[in-house]
Amino acid sequence: MPYQHVTFHQTGSLAVGGRLLTDDQRSVQSGRRRSNSLTLGHRACQGCGEALGARYALDAVQRATGGQTIAVNATGCLEVFSTPFPETSWQLPWLHSLFGNAPAVASGVAAALKAKGRTDIRVVGQGGDGGTVDIGFACLSGMFERNDDVLYICYDNEAYMNTGVQRSGATPPAARTATTEAVGPEPGNRFGQGKNVPLIAMAHEIPYVATATVADLRDLEAKAERAMEFRGARYLHVLVPCPLGWGSAPKDTIEVARLATQSGVFPVFEAEDGEVVGVSPIRHRVGVRDYLRTQRRYAHLFQPDERTDIIDRIQRGADRNIKRFGLLPAGVQEESAS
Amino acid sequence: MLRQIEGSRAVAEAVALCRPEVICAYPITPQTHIVEALGFKVKSGTLRPCEFLNVESEFAAMSVAIGASAAGARTYTATASQGLLYMSEAVYNAAGLGLPIVMTVANRAIGAPINIWNDHSDAMSQRDAGWIQLYAETAQEALDLHLQAFRIAEELSVPVMVCMDGFLLTHAYERAEIPIAEQVDMFLPRYQPRQVLDPAQPASIGAMVGPEAFTEVRYLSHARESRALDLIPDVVAEFGKVFGRDSGGLVRGYHLDDAETVIVALGSVLGTIKDTVDELRADGMRIGVLGVTTFRPFPAQAVCDALAIGRPTKRLVVLERAFATGLGGIVSADLRMALAGDRAAALHPPVMSTVVAGLGGRPITRASLRNMLHDAAAGALEPLSFLDLDKDLVQVQLQAGRAG
Repeated sequence: MPYQHVTFHQTGSLAVGGRLLTDDQRSVQSGRRRSNSLTLGHRACQGCGEALGARYALDAVQRATGGQTIAVNATGCLEVFSTPFPETSWQLPWLHSLFGNAPAVASGVAAALKAKGRTDIRVVGQGGDGGTVDIGFACLSGMFERNDDVLYICYDNEAYMNTGVQRSGATPPAARTATTEAVGPEPGNRFGQGKNVPLIAMAHEIPYVATATVADLRDLEAKAERAMEFRGARYLHVLVPCPLGWGSAPKDTIEVARLATQSGVFPVFEAEDGEVVGVSPIRHRVGVRDYLRTQRRYAHLFQPDERTDIIDRIQRGADRNIKRFGLLPAGVQEESAS
Repeated sequence: MLRQIEGSRAVAEAVALCRPEVICAYPITPQTHIVEALGFKVKSGTLRPCEFLNVESEFAAMSVAIGASAAGARTYTATASQGLLYMSEAVYNAAGLGLPIVMTVANRAIGAPINIWNDHSDAMSQRDAGWIQLYAETAQEALDLHLQAFRIAEELSVPVMVCMDGFLLTHAYERAEIPIAEQVDMFLPRYQPRQVLDPAQPASIGAMVGPEAFTEVRYLSHARESRALDLIPDVVAEFGKVFGRDSGGLVRGYHLDDAETVIVALGSVLGTIKDTVDELRADGMRIGVLGVTTFRPFPAQAVCDALAIGRPTKRLVVLERAFATGLGGIVSADLRMALAGDRAAALHPPVMSTVVAGLGGRPITRASLRNMLHDAAAGALEPLSFLDLDKDLVQVQLQAGRAG
């Protein structure tokens, strides 16, 4: 979404209620015709970022396509909590096949629709970070390379949450998971080179790549709708905090996601044909400490002794993001110099 | 039209005549000629509407097929060997979802050691995946089985694997009758999916099923696949009416009426076996052949009906192009189970020998078959043997292993 610096003094925050806006500016969720793609009754945990992200993203896609959407789901939390047989929370045609093949299955659906001349029906593939950046990565890259008419959405909660919080290729450095315990001289996940799938997607020069978080749901909706304006392969990477895996309070899901963006840990941007065309600038810059402190997966960085060395290293990573994507417009100062 | 044609091209012609809407392909020897020919047809516009996807792996190939089939498209792919193993997870999944995908398996050995030549290890490894498995004897039958496969798959909502011996059938040129489109259209109705992804009627497909219903789901897939045993003879009869050819089916007997010794086999080796049996019969040996065309579901009743156990069949020789390491025959085990339920076999239990032959492309010669069948008739065949095994070589290796 194009950046516009607006402050709503009357609410005391950066959020704005849908009812204050005109119809065409309203969010999908505040609209009377929202489709409730993922409806109530599912079994997600309290404060689940993925359930929230999926509902907003898919409802926005449904609005953009006039309700003509087919969803393909990878195995994972989203699949398990939404379809315990014989129940389903999906109000759109939905197919689950395997953990590692959702992008390819989505390609198959798109191919069938093309052969049948039903290109008015659009296809969304979706999965968690494990299903996307690890086991489904080959299929994802193949789908990108062929430029199949699929929007793939990764709901990134930075580990294999469905199997009990094991490390994935998207787990950040120093984070505790069940397979990277907070023990030894280098507790938590190792520092690696990172596996930045949005950037890898851009390297495929597909028409549209964007990142988003559940902290800015209007932005998420806008990007999902924007993605549907393109034909070909599109990729949307959504940061979705997981209270269970991150050790954050369920009530803080939105706040934790916001701190990820405002610290520079998670850059929010969009790209077309391999070039960045827009970023969501940081409005209230915070240090990474403020973000890390909200989550028990980083508790070992603060107790018994503060691991300044590790925190500084994470801060350098965030600083690099800020510089690389130009997240800090002139004049925005760090508010919390923790 | 009668043509001298490569087996792969004949299959490609048959598949194209079935008007598939999505074809996905990943290259692996020896199935490549089939998808190359289909790719040409799609790209040149002679096969349309059809989407041809060059995917990045066999796992993706079967996954694309799953998506396409679930969206209501008639879907085809082909693979072999390592490729079949690489897609195995999706192979099971396609069956579990009840998607009528048709896939050619150009049978090839599995490594290590890597080997590109024919045996049945690949398809046999997937025999319990919930797919119907048909084994072709000739290029003509391979062609015909593909026409039947779509019909069977779509009528039952069960995927079908058409197995044809790599190189022996895929690369050999044979005379084959290529049907005309009108015949195929008469035989194969438009695909009407049982369940389809459709925004007008949104359904959730592929939900999680727990212990409370999983057994029932599995039982129903067993029941549905088993229905093929009733359906296939009907399809073959109708096929005969439309195309004027008797092709496919559950099992095929050859000189079984008076046979004391029956050799059971699958695939192209049946040709060599029949030639050998002709020679042996000319020598006075009472011998016959049972070809198993439908291996899954296993046609236990048809096998028992075809074999004249005890009157006079006394000996069964099962020639297998794959085996269960550490055990022995795979087809033999199924055959034993079929005979266990047969009254005649209980009264006159036949002597059964498993002969593992033709692994990794080792030619199965008439001379070797003759010697082996003479041994069988003389009661001198071991319960498990490997045709043309270089015993000296393996002895040296076994002893070296012991010494080490």
